[in-house]
Amino acid sequence: MSEEFKIEIVNPEKSFLAREDIIEAIVPAFEGEMGILKDHISIISFLKPGIIRIITNSDDESYFVEDGIVEFKNNNLSILTSSIINLSEMDKSKKEELIKKSEEEAKDLEMSDQSKFLVDQKIEVLKSLN
Amino acid sequence: MASLDDLKKRIASVKSTQKITKAMKMVAAAKLRRAQESAEKGRPYSEKMNNIILNLSNGISDKENAPKLLSGTGNDKVHLCVVMTSDRGLCGGFNSNIIKKAKSYFSKISDEGKELKIITVGSKGNDQLKRVYGEKIIENISFKESKNANYFDADKVGKMVIEKFEAGEFDVCTIFYNQFKNVITQIPQAQQIVPLNNEEDVNVSDESYEFEPDEDEILSNLLPKNISTQIFKAMLENSASEQGSRMSAMDNATRNAGEMVDKLTIEYNRSRQAAITKELIEIISGAESL
Repeated sequence: MSEEFKIEIVNPEKSFLAREDIIEAIVPAFEGEMGILKDHISIISFLKPGIIRIITNSDDESYFVEDGIVEFKNNNLSILTSSIINLSEMDKSKKEELIKKSEEEAKDLEMSDQSKFLVDQKIEVLKSLN
Repeated sequence: MASLDDLKKRIASVKSTQKITKAMKMVAAAKLRRAQESAEKGRPYSEKMNNIILNLSNGISDKENAPKLLSGTGNDKVHLCVVMTSDRGLCGGFNSNIIKKAKSYFSKISDEGKELKIITVGSKGNDQLKRVYGEKIIENISFKESKNANYFDADKVGKMVIEKFEAGEFDVCTIFYNQFKNVITQIPQAQQIVPLNNEEDVNVSDESYEFEPDEDEILSNLLPKNISTQIFKAMLENSASEQGSRMSAMDNATRNAGEMVDKLTIEYNRSRQAAITKELIEIISGAESL
């Protein structure tokens, strides 16, 4: 019991997910993937496009996020993101649509290096999904 | 006095108006529930965002070099006002309340000799403001096509504000919207979003955070998002307020129409009775004179 912590994922429209039985959460932080276990030090970081993996005793779920902020404090993990999709709901057509959209974005030559990096990252992650 | 026929027509017309207002009230009530729900669901996000930024700005080591969106440009010359109103009318004092609040702020600014720029969101606000402040309005946005307030729209407004800020077009940005308290009360709000006002009494923990990457970078990434979030919050509050305001306005209108129908019906009955009496008197006096 003592190895569990709380997680809350909110997007602007609603509270997306709230659970209290998380063993480990793996988030795609900006400087690399980060696994969070109970009693992790308080941390604030932001996300790059990638997969959030949430592991509990009974199941193991993954979500695709495009951006966001994570805050971990007192064994509460809060993730704020404007776009999140449960991978089990992601089908092929949806994936291709997202890839197409991102590739179009990537054509914009005037964007900054950072946003270019983020878009490329997004495409890469989407393509690696099966 | 109006003739019987005229009265009859008026009663019929008031009754059909009443039908319309009643239907509008029902629609507003249904929409209100949804709007209220989404306003409540949207609150955690903006609250959390606010909290994180507060924690961050407290933890920031180098206050002088803090991002400009947080600390301001150091000037106070050009004020940008984002006035958020609805796209539809017939909602009581909803739009006029925001406009009134905004106008008093505008006159305060011009009295102080500062420059004013206005962005209107929603066509009703634009209609009311363009007569007096026409040349100050630099942008007019309207989301007539979107059924509900959504983050995508808010983000568009937010990006526009940031773009203008980065181009140095303004120093201070304030948004005007109606905060939803309950169906009969909506409070017009003026909220400053650039530079960020940190006077709210949120309990800031002293706990130190680990930052990855460093504070400055997180802040500069977070602050633009916060602007969109605040605008989105304002949009949600606004849409709930609009429906609430419309509902109570239409409720009043329905009641007034009912009263009017009653009054007209009494008048109608009276004049009908008067006509009958008159006719009777004529017959009797005719018979008497024989």
